[in-house]
Amino acid sequence: MYILYAIFALTALGLGLGYLLGAAARYLRVEANPLVDEIEALMPGSQCGQCGYPGCRPAAEALVAGEAAPTLCPPGGRALAEQLANMLSLDLDLSGVKEQVPMVARVDETLCIGCARCFKVCPTDAIVGAQKQIHAVVADACTACNKCVDVCPTECLKLHPVKVTLRNWRWPAPAAGLAGA
Amino acid sequence: MLPLDIHSLWRSGVGKIRGGVHPESRKTATADRPIDAAMPLPAMLYLSLHQHVGQPAEPVVQVGERVRKGQLLAASQGLISAPIHAPTSGVVADIMDYPAAHPSALPTPTLLLEPDGEESWIDKPDEIDPFSLAPEEIGVRVGAAGVVGMGGAAFPSAVKLNLGRRSQIQTLLINGGECEPYLTCDDRLMRERAEAIVDGILIMLHGLGCNRAIVGIEDNKPEAHAAMSTAAKLAGGRIEIAQVPSLYPMGWDKQLIGYLTGKEVPAGGRATDVGVLMHNVATAYAVRDAIRFGKPLISRIITVSGGAVAEPRNVLAPIGTPLKDLLAYCGYRPQQAARYIMGGPMMGEALPHPNVPLVKGACGILALSAAEVAATDAKSCIRCSRCVTACPAGLLPLEMASRIKAGQLEAALNYGLRDCISCGSCSYVCPSQIPLVHYFKYANGELVARQQSQHKNEQTKRLAEEKLARLQRAKDEAAAAAAARKAAAEAKKKAAEAAA
Repeated sequence: MYILYAIFALTALGLGLGYLLGAAARYLRVEANPLVDEIEALMPGSQCGQCGYPGCRPAAEALVAGEAAPTLCPPGGRALAEQLANMLSLDLDLSGVKEQVPMVARVDETLCIGCARCFKVCPTDAIVGAQKQIHAVVADACTACNKCVDVCPTECLKLHPVKVTLRNWRWPAPAAGLAGA
Repeated sequence: MLPLDIHSLWRSGVGKIRGGVHPESRKTATADRPIDAAMPLPAMLYLSLHQHVGQPAEPVVQVGERVRKGQLLAASQGLISAPIHAPTSGVVADIMDYPAAHPSALPTPTLLLEPDGEESWIDKPDEIDPFSLAPEEIGVRVGAAGVVGMGGAAFPSAVKLNLGRRSQIQTLLINGGECEPYLTCDDRLMRERAEAIVDGILIMLHGLGCNRAIVGIEDNKPEAHAAMSTAAKLAGGRIEIAQVPSLYPMGWDKQLIGYLTGKEVPAGGRATDVGVLMHNVATAYAVRDAIRFGKPLISRIITVSGGAVAEPRNVLAPIGTPLKDLLAYCGYRPQQAARYIMGGPMMGEALPHPNVPLVKGACGILALSAAEVAATDAKSCIRCSRCVTACPAGLLPLEMASRIKAGQLEAALNYGLRDCISCGSCSYVCPSQIPLVHYFKYANGELVARQQSQHKNEQTKRLAEEKLARLQRAKDEAAAAAAARKAAAEAKKKAAEAAA
């Protein structure tokens, strides 16, 4: 018999508290800035942390709060920097982004022991392989976030500059700086 | 036929030219010398696997293999590509990275062929009657022969022919303009081999199912015009030889189409949108070789000229010949050369050094002396708007350049940056020597790079989201499996209790 009292009491308690929580979520909600959501949608979403913030959402919050520059996201590059500056109506100083050489991770096959730690941390599944097999990086999917480099026990994963070929070669800016015109 | 009544002529737009400049032609050094086909074979031929627009060709021969003249060395890949054939018989010495005929001279996959000097052909088919072939077959054979646009663009000709047939063009335009200074290879070809060109044009007309061709020749080449007119008479009334004013860039397809047919190709559109297809005279010649004689594109005529070349002339050379050898053959003085240009001085590509191979699209190699190279110290824009008058595409170069200088690439795009054809007319007339075209090339490349980086961002986002979803799913599944195990264990326990 006593077990029924306990069941009723706990059910009532659960329902009551649940209702209270639900009501609190609705009426006491902290208004989040919708801009943060929009900016987060623009970001790569790999939560790589290269910007110095723990993830893309904290970075978006910092941007909206004016604590970070629109050039903060290295994987996003200039295209993202321009979009962010447009959205936030900020002046864009691209000089910081310009110096960055695009990088890509590469496995040194002579050192890889197939520990499988790297592809677990890769946010974009850019590393393929299996236990005790040499891993390889899919260059097109790599964002050079450095996470794999940090966990690799044999230092066989390193970031290398992307090789310039006829396909990705671009005309440099006119030699006289951007003088004239 | 061009309309004769003045009023309708004006209304039709025929004969209207927008923009353009008159650079010194400097063609006399080579125009009167016959094509030189006597150059000895170089010690090694360097066949770039990517010397056409589109996908690089894929080698089908092994290193060390003995190949014969005309043999397929690399097959085309994908829809837009072109195969590469052996320009002579010999041994495949290597397949390696070698500097490309490109302003960057970056190493690019190249097939090295060591000639054996025997020039022994693979079994070449006998001469056939091209007009007995089905029209579709022309495009197929032109593609298999590796013919690309020989005026400089190097776009696979078969793709263009197929597009022309599908869109049922009314006029085939043959570009004999050769408006770039120095270059005379098309001029010489028309003078010496007019009948072969006309034959090539008729073959293309057959392949396109089209009845009318116009050859546009600049009025500074009267001999070529006369030779082509005589040859065209033999072909009946289907080929018209038209004289066009000597004005740069008359050889730009949209300019020539506008002048000869009065039709304006819309921005971002193609010539086929107005029922016209354009090919170069040298391409027509190569098409004839490919169809009538089954001979792939393995050599071309190239103008070797410039102030640092003692005996400038047009040379018939196998594809893959080092440009340095061509220059040396024509008595070039390296210490006098201030700049090397592949193609013409207006639109050609400046090469850092001439140690790169001849490619199918190269119509000239110029070694210019210091006196021929313009001063490069850019001064401020004085807004004289000469570039606006000169621009054949009707753009405002000064406005675009000032936007690009300020880093506002989007604004430059709104001024029509995409319609710039990099003809160099604006840079040529600029009294302040502002490298306007360089700005536009830089901006276009930068915009492409940004587009790619944005695309990569989207991909990254998708990959990251999919990974998160997968991890979540794995977690849920593990939890469900654990719950199921627990339930099963409890049921077992209960059953055991009940049994006990």
